[in-house]
Amino acid sequence: MRAKTERTAVWKIALFGVLAWVGGLMMPQPAQAEYADVVINNYADAAGMRPVVFPHWYHRIRFRCKVCHADLGFKFKAGGNKITMAKIIDGKFCGACHNGEISWSVENCGMCHSGIPGTPTHISGSTVQRLVAPAYKALDKNKQVQ
Amino acid sequence: MRDTIKGFAIAVSLSVMSTAAFAEGGVPLVAAASKPVTSAEITGSVPEKLNISKANVFNRLLKKIKDPNAPPPEDGIHDTANEATFALQPPKVAYEGWPRTEYGNHVDWVKALNDGLINPRYDRVDPEVEPFVMDLDIVRPVKASVPDVVFPHKPHTQWLHCSNCHPRIFVPQRGANQINMSAIILGEKCGVCHGKVSFPITTKSCKKCHSKPKPADWTPPLSEASVKNPWR
Repeated sequence: MRAKTERTAVWKIALFGVLAWVGGLMMPQPAQAEYADVVINNYADAAGMRPVVFPHWYHRIRFRCKVCHADLGFKFKAGGNKITMAKIIDGKFCGACHNGEISWSVENCGMCHSGIPGTPTHISGSTVQRLVAPAYKALDKNKQVQ
Repeated sequence: MRDTIKGFAIAVSLSVMSTAAFAEGGVPLVAAASKPVTSAEITGSVPEKLNISKANVFNRLLKKIKDPNAPPPEDGIHDTANEATFALQPPKVAYEGWPRTEYGNHVDWVKALNDGLINPRYDRVDPEVEPFVMDLDIVRPVKASVPDVVFPHKPHTQWLHCSNCHPRIFVPQRGANQINMSAIILGEKCGVCHGKVSFPITTKSCKKCHSKPKPADWTPPLSEASVKNPWR
């Protein structure tokens, strides 16, 4: 049997525990972006726009890889396609669908340009990022590790 | 001060319990909170006499993602100052009722496709175009003791076109492709997709590729240093 004072102490501790847990949830969380989300920041930052975040999963539900990576010519390389708005409005790359016909059109800037400014081009959750120590040093400083 | 440490210990255990239960889809918070916590358990978690340095913490380099399918405003790469961020669909909404895995998106995409839960287009505009599927398994013997690799063309051709891999990534010829795990982890060969968009290289996914057991009489070849070892 436990003394009354001790039981009160346990309750205080439990209450503090719950408060600390709730507080912990409110702390800023590290990046946990969806696997395979691609951040593209070749030119966006320099042009004063937020970098593009491309959600692979959303497109994968609607199209097989072949449509973009074989038919539309997207290379398997983050930032390797040198996409510009001029190419998009000419119907290339994203513009093949984001033209107001198959999907919403280019005036919805913020739907793609939604990344935190300064985020480098990379693929979220990729194996290279999950290594606890860098596997190699990029020879070219401008080359992004992905 | 002791109370603070004890409270923190409870906080950690609570969050672990609730995270685990959330993953199972229940509403366990009440159950977790109402679970009686004895003072013996609390003192047991933080021994008073020990004064362990922060340099010797457990799981020093193990990073775990708390919420693998976080909604865009909470995922750490979308800018919350951008109003359109809140118009984007949270992945979990789309994944409702899908087969799960322990890695990547935590979605079994091939099973979701085969179960008819998704029907992605093979053509940009025509939803009726059928994919050109080739059912051919390629067995690749592996030097090490892990099972040999069986590469199935079927799930790959359900998603991709021949030209995506051949001939630039893989030469379509027996013995012409040298593949090793280091190259894959650094994003070459299979790693062009696996580890970026399709299931990644983790301890839990090894056997998805390394799936053909070695023959019963197979023994690992001795290394040259072992054969020439003068003290052998």
